[in-house]
Amino acid sequence: MSLHIICCVKQVPDPETPASQFKVDEAAKKVIPAPGIAPVPSQFDTIGVEAALRVRDALGDVKITVLSMGPDSFRDAIKHCLAMGADEGVLVNDPSLYEADHWVTAQVLAAAIQKLAPYDLVITGRQAVDWDMGVVGPTLAELLGIPCITIVKSVRVEDGRVVADRVLLDGTETVEAPLPAVVTVSNELGEPRYPQLRQIMMAARKQVTVWTAADLGLDPAQLKNRVSLEALYVPQVKVETEIIDGETAEEKVEKLLQRLVEAKLI
Amino acid sequence: MVEGNGILVCGELTEEGQVAPMTFELLGAARRLAPEVGGEVTCVLLGSGLDGHAQEAIAHGADRVLLVDDPLLRDYQGDAFVPVVERIVRERGPALVLLGQTMVGRDLAPRLAARLGTAVTMDCIELAVQEGRIVATRPCYGGNAHARYAFVTSPAVATLRAKSQEPLERDDARQGQVERVEAGLDPAAVRTRILGREKQQAEGVRLEDARVVVSGGRGLGGPEGFQQLEELASLLGGAVGASRAVCDLGWYPVSHQVGLTGKVVTPELYIAVGISGASQHMAGISQVKNIVAINKDADANIFKAARWGIVGDWKEIVPLMIEKVKALKAAGKLRA
Repeated sequence: MSLHIICCVKQVPDPETPASQFKVDEAAKKVIPAPGIAPVPSQFDTIGVEAALRVRDALGDVKITVLSMGPDSFRDAIKHCLAMGADEGVLVNDPSLYEADHWVTAQVLAAAIQKLAPYDLVITGRQAVDWDMGVVGPTLAELLGIPCITIVKSVRVEDGRVVADRVLLDGTETVEAPLPAVVTVSNELGEPRYPQLRQIMMAARKQVTVWTAADLGLDPAQLKNRVSLEALYVPQVKVETEIIDGETAEEKVEKLLQRLVEAKLI
Repeated sequence: MVEGNGILVCGELTEEGQVAPMTFELLGAARRLAPEVGGEVTCVLLGSGLDGHAQEAIAHGADRVLLVDDPLLRDYQGDAFVPVVERIVRERGPALVLLGQTMVGRDLAPRLAARLGTAVTMDCIELAVQEGRIVATRPCYGGNAHARYAFVTSPAVATLRAKSQEPLERDDARQGQVERVEAGLDPAAVRTRILGREKQQAEGVRLEDARVVVSGGRGLGGPEGFQQLEELASLLGGAVGASRAVCDLGWYPVSHQVGLTGKVVTPELYIAVGISGASQHMAGISQVKNIVAINKDADANIFKAARWGIVGDWKEIVPLMIEKVKALKAAGKLRA
């Protein structure tokens, strides 16, 4: 049985950017890209592609389509996933959608997924590492009218069902759902594979299909955000730090413990 | 006054079947917002065997409790919970629906909002009413930034971060209405099936309840270092935490992960050993007032949030701490 898995990916500012270089343009309500640090595919999304590749490793006949929405630069994220081993890439690029909130994003991705039908499984990251919202995956399931298993650490497909282990606070829960379904993956699934140079070169030659809102039968004027971003800022943390000094490690430890005892913390 | 009538709090039960502390925090937030939002604070509890829980919610601030008691609601499953809460929201028309940023809230809130055709903001730390609109503040970019959103549609659906809101003092004299509501569930609508559960046996003090947490990061260099952190934690009557990096590396169980995608902890004292202080880790300890940082790198971000810091090698510092804490303990100098 041939399977079609669609993985949604997003490109984000590198979350490893040192906090000192993280800057916000408060007037534009946007993050200022740190100089010299290239954006990366959101890590939970590449873990989603890893999950899809593991299903293909197990079953063989699996087509993996990578779907993204954003400006032309998002091709880099798609290319990365193609180099990991995905088969096809689709980018929805429409300037009228650049300010989309999670609701509009889900509407557009759902329309694109329907255009890519038939499909068996949609995989997203548990949240994008920029807005940390974690809403698009479950919203897609509702818009597509299919079941959803959120925040999982393993994905298997057997007998027309998906079986996934949900990450709970103190353990895991194994859940199954009939296909098609949406699954959102968490970091506990494991590291995404890193593409080899040969795969990167092959992916560079692959075509990425580009669609606009109109190609999806959508009228951007009808797609209205449901939240408005009022402010974006770097929170001020005020902590007076005492770096404990001392000639020896022993002296430092003694001083520290003295402080903790005085503050009745131990 | 905002569009809609009152606030609906989606309560949760712990595994032991008690009303979860998160629910009391939500009720505290709802009570403080109620004068500006207008209307009642209603708490809905879904589960199986809910007798006695209504009074708990009322004592913590609910004006009205809706009990939806049904065997199908014993364990959380989105397909069962979403339609029940959706129907209650449509019937009662609240202005605001509050949930916890828990494993339930993360699944239920976005799906509920999608079915209601409204918006949701996740993991909020502050809610307010400004010019007749509900406004939510939430950390993003792993905690590096905060974003403030205004809801355009009604009702507003929001999840709140654990420990971001103060619960009210319990007051058993508080009066409230209790209603039993039929789940009216069609079992066929539940498309998912839970095949099994595996619980990681937690030893000693629970991380979320611990007064002292000793946490380790990638700076430990390997899983072995955690034995010493366990010893130190145990001497201090605390629990051990870990950064996401070391859980991903398999050095320590995921159930101990502290941070944005792990647990939010609020001990009186947090000792961070070999933790650089990536913002997604800091998201799990943002309410902690007393952080001790032990790190070789004097420029590590963790020092910015720490009240006390020791720049040095943990391999030297931690054994000394264990030794000296033992001596203090023997001399009766530590608090009981």
